[in-house]
Amino acid sequence: MEQLARLVNEDARLVWRGRYVATTFLVEVGDVAWLITIDAGRIASVRRGPFVMPTWSFALRASREAWEQFWQADPPPGSHDLFALAKRRALRIEGDLHPFMSNLLYFKDVMAALRAREVRQ
Amino acid sequence: MSARFEPVAGRYLHVDMLGKPHRVYVEEAGAGIPLLCLHTAGADTRQFRAVLNDERILKDFRVIAFDLPWHGKSSPPPGWQLADYRLTSRDYLDIIMTMVDALELDRPVAMGCSIGGRIVLHLALEHPQRFRALIGLQAGAHVDPYYDLDWLHRPDVHGGEVCAGIVSGLIGPRSPDPERWETLWHYMQGGPGVFKGDLHFYTKDGDIRARVEEIDTGRCPLYLLSGEYDYSCTPDDTRDLARRIKGAQITIMDGLGHFPMSEDPARFLSYLIPVLDDIRARR
Repeated sequence: MEQLARLVNEDARLVWRGRYVATTFLVEVGDVAWLITIDAGRIASVRRGPFVMPTWSFALRASREAWEQFWQADPPPGSHDLFALAKRRALRIEGDLHPFMSNLLYFKDVMAALRAREVRQ
Repeated sequence: MSARFEPVAGRYLHVDMLGKPHRVYVEEAGAGIPLLCLHTAGADTRQFRAVLNDERILKDFRVIAFDLPWHGKSSPPPGWQLADYRLTSRDYLDIIMTMVDALELDRPVAMGCSIGGRIVLHLALEHPQRFRALIGLQAGAHVDPYYDLDWLHRPDVHGGEVCAGIVSGLIGPRSPDPERWETLWHYMQGGPGVFKGDLHFYTKDGDIRARVEEIDTGRCPLYLLSGEYDYSCTPDDTRDLARRIKGAQITIMDGLGHFPMSEDPARFLSYLIPVLDDIRARR
Protein backbone atom coordinates (compact mmCIF):
# COMPACT_ATOMS: atom_id res chain seq x y z
CA MET A 1 0.00 0.00 0.00
CA GLU A 2 2.98 2.31 0.63
CA GLN A 3 3.65 2.11 -3.13
CA LEU A 4 0.19 3.37 -4.08
CA ALA A 5 1.03 7.08 -4.35
CA ARG A 6 3.97 6.49 -6.67
CA LEU A 7 2.11 3.93 -8.83
CA VAL A 8 -0.91 6.19 -9.32
CA ASN A 9 0.85 9.54 -9.57
CA GLU A 10 3.27 8.36 -12.27
CA ASP A 11 0.32 7.31 -14.47
CA ALA A 12 -0.59 10.63 -16.10
CA ARG A 13 -3.74 9.30 -17.80
CA LEU A 14 -5.06 7.80 -14.57
CA VAL A 15 -4.44 11.09 -12.73
CA TRP A 16 -6.27 12.87 -15.53
CA ARG A 17 -9.24 10.53 -15.23
CA GLY A 18 -9.49 11.41 -11.55
CA ARG A 19 -8.94 15.14 -12.04
CA TYR A 20 -12.19 16.03 -10.23
CA VAL A 21 -11.64 13.65 -7.30
CA ALA A 22 -10.88 15.22 -3.93
CA THR A 23 -11.65 12.87 -1.07
CA THR A 24 -10.28 10.58 1.63
CA PHE A 25 -11.34 6.95 1.58
CA LEU A 26 -10.72 3.99 3.85
CA VAL A 27 -9.29 0.66 2.78
CA GLU A 28 -9.30 -2.25 5.20
CA VAL A 29 -6.96 -5.11 4.42
CA GLY A 30 -8.01 -7.59 7.05
CA ASP A 31 -7.50 -5.81 10.38
CA VAL A 32 -5.15 -3.17 8.96
CA ALA A 33 -6.80 0.12 7.99
CA TRP A 34 -5.48 2.70 5.55
CA LEU A 35 -6.67 6.22 4.82
CA ILE A 36 -5.96 7.37 1.28
CA THR A 37 -6.32 11.04 0.43
CA ILE A 38 -6.73 12.11 -3.18
CA ASP A 39 -6.44 15.63 -4.53
CA ALA A 40 -7.18 16.32 -8.21
CA GLY A 41 -6.58 12.67 -9.08
CA ARG A 42 -3.17 12.50 -7.36
CA ILE A 43 -2.63 10.46 -4.22
CA ALA A 44 -1.72 13.12 -1.66
CA SER A 45 -1.18 10.75 1.26
CA VAL A 46 -1.45 7.12 2.34
CA ARG A 47 -1.71 6.68 6.12
CA ARG A 48 -1.71 3.43 8.06
CA GLY A 49 -4.02 2.93 11.04
CA PRO A 50 -5.06 2.46 13.71
CA PHE A 51 -6.85 5.80 13.72
CA VAL A 52 -8.64 7.84 16.35
CA MET A 53 -11.86 9.30 14.93
CA PRO A 54 -10.97 8.94 11.24
CA THR A 55 -12.98 10.88 8.66
CA TRP A 56 -13.55 9.32 5.26
CA SER A 57 -16.16 9.33 2.50
CA PHE A 58 -16.34 5.66 1.58
CA ALA A 59 -14.75 2.41 2.68
CA LEU A 60 -13.53 -0.69 0.84
CA ARG A 61 -13.27 -3.60 3.28
CA ALA A 62 -12.01 -7.10 2.51
CA SER A 63 -9.91 -9.81 4.08
CA ARG A 64 -6.16 -9.89 3.44
CA GLU A 65 -6.65 -13.08 1.40
CA ALA A 66 -9.28 -11.42 -0.82
CA TRP A 67 -7.02 -8.42 -1.53
CA GLU A 68 -4.01 -10.67 -2.18
CA GLN A 69 -6.04 -12.57 -4.78
CA PHE A 70 -7.15 -9.26 -6.32
CA TRP A 71 -3.58 -7.95 -6.43
CA GLN A 72 -2.14 -10.97 -8.25
CA ALA A 73 -0.69 -10.17 -11.67
CA ASP A 74 -3.23 -12.51 -13.26
CA PRO A 75 -6.10 -12.72 -10.77
CA PRO A 76 -8.47 -15.67 -11.00
CA PRO A 77 -12.13 -15.27 -12.03
CA GLY A 78 -14.09 -13.76 -9.15
CA SER A 79 -11.06 -11.81 -7.91
CA HIS A 80 -10.23 -9.79 -11.03
CA ASP A 81 -12.38 -6.72 -10.29
CA LEU A 82 -13.75 -4.87 -7.24
CA PHE A 83 -17.28 -5.75 -8.31
CA ALA A 84 -16.30 -9.39 -8.81
CA LEU A 85 -15.26 -9.38 -5.14
CA ALA A 86 -18.44 -7.54 -4.16
CA LYS A 87 -20.63 -10.03 -6.02
CA ARG A 88 -19.04 -12.84 -3.97
CA ARG A 89 -19.56 -10.72 -0.84
CA ALA A 90 -15.76 -10.77 -0.37
CA LEU A 91 -15.62 -6.93 -0.50
CA ARG A 92 -17.86 -4.49 1.31
CA ILE A 93 -18.32 -1.08 -0.36
CA GLU A 94 -19.83 1.31 2.19
CA GLY A 95 -20.31 4.94 3.15
CA ASP A 96 -20.91 8.00 0.97
CA LEU A 97 -20.48 6.28 -2.37
CA HIS A 98 -20.90 9.34 -4.58
CA PRO A 99 -17.17 9.98 -5.08
CA PHE A 100 -16.62 6.27 -5.75
CA MET A 101 -19.52 5.69 -8.14
CA SER A 102 -19.08 8.92 -10.08
CA ASN A 103 -15.41 8.01 -10.69
CA LEU A 104 -15.75 4.25 -10.83
CA LEU A 105 -13.28 3.51 -13.64
CA TYR A 106 -10.72 5.70 -11.84
CA PHE A 107 -11.09 4.00 -8.45
CA LYS A 108 -11.03 0.52 -10.00
CA ASP A 109 -7.71 1.35 -11.62
CA VAL A 110 -6.33 3.00 -8.48
CA MET A 111 -6.91 -0.20 -6.50
CA ALA A 112 -5.61 -2.33 -9.39
CA ALA A 113 -2.43 -0.21 -9.53
CA LEU A 114 -1.08 -2.37 -6.70
CA ARG A 115 -1.25 -5.48 -8.88
CA ALA A 116 2.02 -7.37 -9.26
CA ARG A 117 3.78 -6.04 -12.29
CA GLU A 118 4.59 -9.20 -14.21
CA VAL A 119 3.53 -8.76 -17.82
CA ARG A 120 0.18 -10.44 -18.34
CA GLN A 121 -0.04 -12.45 -21.56
CA MET B 1 -5.43 3.70 -49.57
CA SER B 2 -7.22 0.74 -48.04
CA ALA B 3 -10.80 1.96 -47.74
CA ARG B 4 -13.37 -0.82 -47.81
CA PHE B 5 -17.00 -1.47 -47.00
CA GLU B 6 -18.02 -4.30 -44.73
CA PRO B 7 -20.65 -6.76 -46.03
CA VAL B 8 -23.04 -5.43 -43.34
CA ALA B 9 -26.05 -3.35 -44.45
CA GLY B 10 -28.05 -1.26 -41.98
CA ARG B 11 -31.63 -0.03 -42.49
CA TYR B 12 -34.47 1.42 -40.45
CA LEU B 13 -37.68 -0.54 -40.09
CA HIS B 14 -40.94 1.22 -39.24
CA VAL B 15 -43.17 -1.10 -37.26
CA ASP B 16 -45.84 -0.86 -34.58
CA MET B 17 -44.85 -2.52 -31.30
CA LEU B 18 -46.23 -2.39 -27.79
CA GLY B 19 -49.06 -0.19 -29.06
CA LYS B 20 -46.84 2.52 -30.49
CA PRO B 21 -45.07 3.30 -33.76
CA HIS B 22 -41.36 2.46 -33.65
CA ARG B 23 -38.36 3.13 -35.85
CA VAL B 24 -35.96 0.22 -35.40
CA TYR B 25 -32.42 -0.03 -36.68
CA VAL B 26 -31.61 -3.40 -38.28
CA GLU B 27 -28.31 -4.71 -39.62
CA GLU B 28 -27.80 -7.82 -41.67
CA ALA B 29 -25.29 -9.73 -43.74
CA GLY B 30 -25.00 -13.14 -45.38
CA ALA B 31 -27.56 -15.58 -46.76
CA GLY B 32 -29.13 -18.80 -45.57
CA ILE B 33 -30.50 -19.78 -42.18
CA PRO B 34 -31.63 -16.62 -40.34
CA LEU B 35 -29.52 -15.99 -37.23
CA LEU B 36 -31.14 -13.29 -35.08
CA CYS B 37 -28.70 -11.67 -32.63
CA LEU B 38 -29.87 -9.99 -29.40
CA HIS B 39 -27.52 -7.55 -27.67
CA THR B 40 -26.90 -7.08 -23.94
CA ALA B 41 -28.54 -4.58 -21.60
CA GLY B 42 -27.63 -0.96 -22.28
CA ALA B 43 -25.77 -1.73 -25.52
CA ASP B 44 -26.61 -2.27 -29.20
CA THR B 45 -25.97 -4.33 -32.33
CA ARG B 46 -22.38 -3.18 -32.66
CA GLN B 47 -21.56 -5.95 -30.20
CA PHE B 48 -22.18 -8.45 -33.02
CA ARG B 49 -19.87 -6.76 -35.52
CA ALA B 50 -17.56 -9.79 -35.76
CA VAL B 51 -20.40 -12.26 -36.29
CA LEU B 52 -21.82 -9.97 -39.01
CA ASN B 53 -18.44 -9.92 -40.76
CA ASP B 54 -17.28 -13.53 -40.53
CA GLU B 55 -17.25 -15.20 -43.95
CA ARG B 56 -17.38 -18.67 -42.39
CA ILE B 57 -20.77 -17.74 -40.91
CA LEU B 58 -22.12 -15.56 -43.73
CA LYS B 59 -21.88 -18.34 -46.34
CA ASP B 60 -24.56 -20.35 -44.49
CA PHE B 61 -26.38 -17.84 -42.29
CA ARG B 62 -28.30 -14.63 -42.81
CA VAL B 63 -27.12 -12.78 -39.72
CA ILE B 64 -29.58 -10.15 -38.46
CA ALA B 65 -29.22 -7.87 -35.47
CA PHE B 66 -31.47 -5.03 -34.37
CA ASP B 67 -31.15 -2.34 -31.76
CA LEU B 68 -33.88 -2.67 -29.16
CA PRO B 69 -36.11 0.42 -28.95
CA TRP B 70 -34.28 3.08 -26.86
CA HIS B 71 -30.89 1.53 -27.79
CA GLY B 72 -28.27 2.32 -30.40
CA LYS B 73 -29.86 3.91 -33.45
CA SER B 74 -33.42 2.80 -32.67
CA SER B 75 -35.53 5.65 -31.32
CA PRO B 76 -37.52 5.58 -28.14
CA PRO B 77 -41.26 5.79 -28.90
CA PRO B 78 -43.08 9.14 -28.99
CA GLY B 79 -43.75 10.32 -25.44
CA TRP B 80 -40.69 8.60 -23.98
CA GLN B 81 -39.96 11.63 -21.85
CA LEU B 82 -43.15 11.10 -19.85
CA ALA B 83 -42.26 7.81 -18.12
CA ASP B 84 -39.34 5.70 -16.94
CA TYR B 85 -38.10 3.03 -19.32
CA ARG B 86 -38.49 -0.44 -17.81
CA LEU B 87 -38.11 -3.60 -19.86
CA THR B 88 -40.44 -6.46 -18.95
CA SER B 89 -40.46 -10.09 -20.06
CA ARG B 90 -43.74 -9.60 -21.89
CA ASP B 91 -42.57 -6.50 -23.77
CA TYR B 92 -39.22 -8.08 -24.65
CA LEU B 93 -40.96 -11.18 -26.04
CA ASP B 94 -43.41 -9.00 -27.98
CA ILE B 95 -40.56 -6.98 -29.49
CA ILE B 96 -38.68 -10.09 -30.63
CA MET B 97 -41.73 -11.85 -32.09
CA THR B 98 -42.82 -8.63 -33.83
CA MET B 99 -39.38 -8.39 -35.42
CA VAL B 100 -39.43 -12.07 -36.46
CA ASP B 101 -42.81 -11.52 -38.13
CA ALA B 102 -41.94 -8.14 -39.67
CA LEU B 103 -38.71 -9.52 -41.17
CA GLU B 104 -40.57 -12.69 -42.23
CA LEU B 105 -37.97 -14.94 -40.63
CA ASP B 106 -38.77 -18.62 -41.06
CA ARG B 107 -37.70 -20.51 -37.93
CA PRO B 108 -34.59 -18.45 -37.26
CA VAL B 109 -31.86 -19.31 -34.82
CA ALA B 110 -31.96 -16.74 -32.01
CA MET B 111 -28.74 -15.94 -30.16
CA GLY B 112 -28.84 -13.52 -27.26
CA CYS B 113 -26.33 -12.38 -24.66
CA SER B 114 -27.02 -11.48 -21.01
CA ILE B 115 -30.57 -10.08 -21.06
CA GLY B 116 -30.62 -11.60 -24.55
CA GLY B 117 -29.46 -14.90 -23.06
CA ARG B 118 -32.22 -14.70 -20.47
CA ILE B 119 -34.96 -13.93 -23.01
CA VAL B 120 -33.78 -16.90 -25.08
CA LEU B 121 -34.93 -19.06 -22.14
CA HIS B 122 -38.32 -17.33 -22.26
CA LEU B 123 -38.46 -17.97 -26.02
CA ALA B 124 -37.67 -21.65 -25.35
CA LEU B 125 -40.71 -21.77 -23.06
CA GLU B 126 -43.16 -19.61 -24.98
CA HIS B 127 -42.31 -20.03 -28.67
CA PRO B 128 -40.13 -23.13 -29.23
CA GLN B 129 -41.92 -23.98 -32.48
CA ARG B 130 -40.92 -20.63 -34.01
CA PHE B 131 -37.16 -21.22 -33.73
CA ARG B 132 -34.74 -23.68 -35.30
CA ALA B 133 -32.39 -23.41 -32.33
CA LEU B 134 -31.66 -21.06 -29.45
CA ILE B 135 -28.25 -19.93 -28.23
CA GLY B 136 -27.94 -18.33 -24.80
CA LEU B 137 -24.70 -16.46 -24.18
CA GLN B 138 -24.08 -15.64 -20.52
CA ALA B 139 -27.54 -17.02 -19.83
CA GLY B 140 -28.69 -17.54 -16.26
CA ALA B 141 -32.18 -17.95 -14.84
CA HIS B 142 -31.64 -15.18 -12.28
CA VAL B 143 -28.94 -12.85 -10.92
CA ASP B 144 -28.37 -11.88 -7.29
CA PRO B 145 -28.21 -8.07 -7.04
CA TYR B 146 -24.72 -6.92 -6.10
CA TYR B 147 -24.97 -3.16 -6.50
CA ASP B 148 -27.60 -0.43 -6.19
CA LEU B 149 -29.10 0.17 -9.64
CA ASP B 150 -30.09 3.74 -8.70
CA TRP B 151 -26.49 4.81 -9.36
CA LEU B 152 -27.05 4.12 -13.06
CA HIS B 153 -29.50 6.97 -13.56
CA ARG B 154 -29.12 10.17 -11.60
CA PRO B 155 -28.17 13.61 -12.87
CA ASP B 156 -25.17 14.02 -10.54
CA VAL B 157 -23.39 10.93 -11.88
CA HIS B 158 -22.37 10.71 -15.53
CA GLY B 159 -24.45 7.85 -16.93
CA GLY B 160 -22.00 6.77 -19.60
CA GLU B 161 -19.05 6.75 -17.23
CA VAL B 162 -20.83 4.84 -14.48
CA CYS B 163 -22.36 2.26 -16.83
CA ALA B 164 -18.92 1.57 -18.31
CA GLY B 165 -17.47 1.44 -14.80
CA ILE B 166 -20.07 -1.09 -13.70
CA VAL B 167 -19.44 -3.45 -16.60
CA SER B 168 -15.68 -3.00 -17.07
CA GLY B 169 -14.79 -5.92 -14.82
CA LEU B 170 -17.21 -8.21 -16.64
CA ILE B 171 -14.77 -8.25 -19.56
CA GLY B 172 -12.14 -10.99 -19.36
CA PRO B 173 -8.78 -9.57 -18.17
CA ARG B 174 -6.95 -10.92 -21.20
CA SER B 175 -9.36 -9.53 -23.81
CA PRO B 176 -7.57 -7.28 -26.32
CA ASP B 177 -7.53 -3.59 -25.42
CA PRO B 178 -9.17 -2.25 -28.62
CA GLU B 179 -12.12 -4.62 -28.26
CA ARG B 180 -12.35 -4.07 -24.48
CA TRP B 181 -12.56 -0.33 -24.90
CA GLU B 182 -14.95 -0.47 -27.82
CA THR B 183 -17.24 -2.65 -25.70
CA LEU B 184 -17.07 -0.01 -22.95
CA TRP B 185 -17.70 2.74 -25.50
CA HIS B 186 -21.05 1.13 -26.35
CA TYR B 187 -21.97 1.41 -22.66
CA MET B 188 -20.77 5.00 -22.51
CA GLN B 189 -23.22 5.85 -25.31
CA GLY B 190 -26.45 4.51 -23.83
CA GLY B 191 -29.30 6.92 -23.15
CA PRO B 192 -30.09 7.99 -19.58
CA GLY B 193 -31.75 5.21 -17.61
CA VAL B 194 -31.73 2.69 -20.46
CA PHE B 195 -29.23 0.25 -18.92
CA LYS B 196 -31.09 0.52 -15.62
CA GLY B 197 -34.41 -0.06 -17.38
CA ASP B 198 -33.06 -3.22 -19.02
CA LEU B 199 -31.83 -4.46 -15.66
CA HIS B 200 -35.40 -4.33 -14.38
CA PHE B 201 -35.92 -7.34 -16.64
CA TYR B 202 -32.57 -8.91 -15.76
CA THR B 203 -32.79 -8.58 -11.98
CA LYS B 204 -36.53 -8.72 -11.28
CA ASP B 205 -39.17 -9.22 -13.92
CA GLY B 206 -37.31 -11.81 -15.99
CA ASP B 207 -36.50 -14.22 -13.13
CA ILE B 208 -37.30 -17.61 -14.65
CA ARG B 209 -35.91 -19.98 -12.01
CA ALA B 210 -39.30 -21.52 -11.29
CA ARG B 211 -39.91 -22.53 -14.90
CA VAL B 212 -36.67 -23.59 -16.56
CA GLU B 213 -37.34 -27.30 -16.00
CA GLU B 214 -40.30 -26.95 -18.36
CA ILE B 215 -38.01 -26.14 -21.30
CA ASP B 216 -38.24 -28.95 -23.86
CA THR B 217 -35.07 -29.11 -25.93
CA GLY B 218 -36.75 -31.80 -28.03
CA ARG B 219 -38.94 -29.03 -29.48
CA CYS B 220 -36.08 -26.57 -29.92
CA PRO B 221 -32.38 -27.26 -29.28
CA LEU B 222 -30.77 -25.00 -26.68
CA TYR B 223 -27.07 -24.15 -26.50
CA LEU B 224 -25.59 -22.31 -23.50
CA LEU B 225 -22.17 -20.67 -23.79
CA SER B 226 -20.66 -18.71 -20.89
CA GLY B 227 -17.34 -16.99 -20.28
CA GLU B 228 -15.29 -17.97 -17.25
CA TYR B 229 -14.69 -14.40 -15.97
CA ASP B 230 -18.35 -13.37 -15.92
CA TYR B 231 -19.45 -12.66 -12.36
CA SER B 232 -22.91 -11.44 -13.40
CA CYS B 233 -23.89 -14.75 -14.98
CA THR B 234 -21.20 -17.07 -13.65
CA PRO B 235 -20.16 -20.38 -15.17
CA ASP B 236 -21.77 -22.01 -12.12
CA ASP B 237 -25.07 -20.23 -12.90
CA THR B 238 -24.94 -21.66 -16.42
CA ARG B 239 -23.94 -25.12 -15.17
CA ASP B 240 -26.89 -25.02 -12.79
CA LEU B 241 -29.18 -24.09 -15.67
CA ALA B 242 -27.81 -26.90 -17.83
CA ARG B 243 -28.40 -29.40 -15.02
CA ARG B 244 -32.02 -28.34 -14.82
CA ILE B 245 -32.76 -28.28 -18.56
CA LYS B 246 -32.60 -31.77 -20.02
CA GLY B 247 -30.71 -31.81 -23.31
CA ALA B 248 -29.17 -28.32 -23.06
CA GLN B 249 -25.68 -28.19 -24.56
CA ILE B 250 -23.21 -26.24 -22.42
CA THR B 251 -19.82 -24.71 -23.21
CA ILE B 252 -17.71 -22.73 -20.73
CA MET B 253 -15.50 -20.36 -22.71
CA ASP B 254 -11.96 -19.94 -21.33
CA GLY B 255 -10.69 -16.40 -20.93
CA LEU B 256 -13.95 -14.70 -21.86
CA GLY B 257 -16.30 -12.59 -19.77
CA HIS B 258 -19.83 -11.25 -20.12
CA PHE B 259 -19.47 -9.82 -23.66
CA PRO B 260 -17.82 -12.68 -25.57
CA MET B 261 -18.86 -11.54 -29.06
CA SER B 262 -17.42 -8.05 -28.69
CA GLU B 263 -14.66 -8.31 -26.06
CA ASP B 264 -12.61 -10.99 -27.87
CA PRO B 265 -14.36 -11.87 -31.13
CA ALA B 266 -11.71 -14.28 -32.46
CA ARG B 267 -11.82 -16.37 -29.29
CA PHE B 268 -15.62 -16.27 -29.22
CA LEU B 269 -15.97 -17.36 -32.84
CA SER B 270 -13.79 -20.39 -32.12
CA TYR B 271 -16.55 -21.49 -29.71
CA LEU B 272 -19.55 -20.31 -31.77
CA ILE B 273 -18.72 -21.82 -35.15
CA PRO B 274 -18.87 -25.47 -33.95
CA VAL B 275 -22.29 -24.67 -32.46
CA LEU B 276 -23.50 -23.21 -35.76
CA ASP B 277 -22.08 -26.25 -37.59
CA ASP B 278 -24.07 -28.46 -35.25
CA ILE B 279 -27.25 -26.46 -35.90
CA ARG B 280 -26.74 -26.68 -39.67
CA ALA B 281 -26.24 -30.45 -39.43
CA ARG B 282 -29.64 -30.79 -37.71
CA ARG B 283 -31.58 -29.49 -40.74
